[in-house]
Amino acid sequence: MSALSFDVLDLDYGQEADRIAARLREVTARVLHKRGLVVAISGGIDSSCSIALAVRALGPERVFALILPERDSSDDSAVRARILAEHLGVRVETVDIAPALAAIGCYEARDAAVRRALPEYGEGWRFKIVIDGGIEGRINVFKLIAEAPDGTPHERVLGLSEYLQIVAATNFKQRIRKTLEYYHADRLNYGVVGTPNRLEYDQGFFVKNGDGSADVKPIAHLYKTQVYAMARHLGLPERVCAAIPTTDTYSLAQGQDEFYFALPYRSMDLALWALNHGRPAAELAAALGIGVDQAEAVYADIRNKRRTTQYLHRPPVLVGEVAELDLHA
Amino acid sequence: MDHRQQVRQFVLKNFLFTDDANALADGDSLIGTGIVDSTGILELIGFLEETHGIRIAPEEMVPANFDSIDAISAFLARRLGA
Repeated sequence: MSALSFDVLDLDYGQEADRIAARLREVTARVLHKRGLVVAISGGIDSSCSIALAVRALGPERVFALILPERDSSDDSAVRARILAEHLGVRVETVDIAPALAAIGCYEARDAAVRRALPEYGEGWRFKIVIDGGIEGRINVFKLIAEAPDGTPHERVLGLSEYLQIVAATNFKQRIRKTLEYYHADRLNYGVVGTPNRLEYDQGFFVKNGDGSADVKPIAHLYKTQVYAMARHLGLPERVCAAIPTTDTYSLAQGQDEFYFALPYRSMDLALWALNHGRPAAELAAALGIGVDQAEAVYADIRNKRRTTQYLHRPPVLVGEVAELDLHA
Repeated sequence: MDHRQQVRQFVLKNFLFTDDANALADGDSLIGTGIVDSTGILELIGFLEETHGIRIAPEEMVPANFDSIDAISAFLARRLGA
């Protein structure tokens, strides 16, 4: 067996794009029985690649794009999303979801929990949440990283109830977005595209009934490295292809690897591939230039997240069988 | 009630919704059996801190200290000098 390297993630992107497009056509027509697809685009690489594949499958006239910014979205994200929609020639609607989020209490509930941890937090402050500990073999704890209006940094370990309330309130964002996606899908008789990559899908990095909800997920089997390469293969605009992955959810920019993943995405891709293919941690350590202990900890972290987020994938559990429904696609 | 019994009862009631002492052996891995997940373990740590008026330091927050009733009892014995 040859030494582990990033080459294992190489794909024939032309062939894969054709395969995904063909499957999307089949699923939309014969499984969902819909006339087109709705895709919410954030300006990030995953939704950009997903909508481009939807266009490849059905043509731009059967794809409806939504841009759904709120108070904490970066302006650059919406700009990239608009550039992409124009590039693809799809219909696009932008809805600022901040008023809906304010009305439902998202910002208020979130800020109340932040203030319990950091009483001076208020107007003009920015913050994010980071995970700390897991990669050193410790139990993960959640930290609040905040910045006062004058730029002074603050850091607090979050109590569990504060952490849970911040996440619960923030999850309104993904759920309100999904409500709008389904409004347009219902109105147009379209299906909804979910846009997770393999790392996010496998590791449960999504909100149940939020971004996790969809009728079809065309890139859930692709590693994030492959999604970037696919975006380039599909000829997407340079600004989109060069987008740095962030959660675009908190007021301070938060890298996905700060919040959820143990390593930057490219290394996480290789770690996930290596674990999936039974490669020993020592091989991963050599390929990434990290210690064997750290590679073991990454494997443990992947297994642990896979196990603890399993319920996010589950449809509601029934107590009795309803065998008459055949839901295989 | 000693520390071991107190922790046992918390785990049984809070995570398994039962009084049945047979539902959990003292050596069972709480993480490995899926009884507690990453949020659950923070809940467990919060319970220990509150019950014993202690602050568990980051370097003590390793799964080996909290993965079974036996491990938690041994950790408490060390920390509380019992």
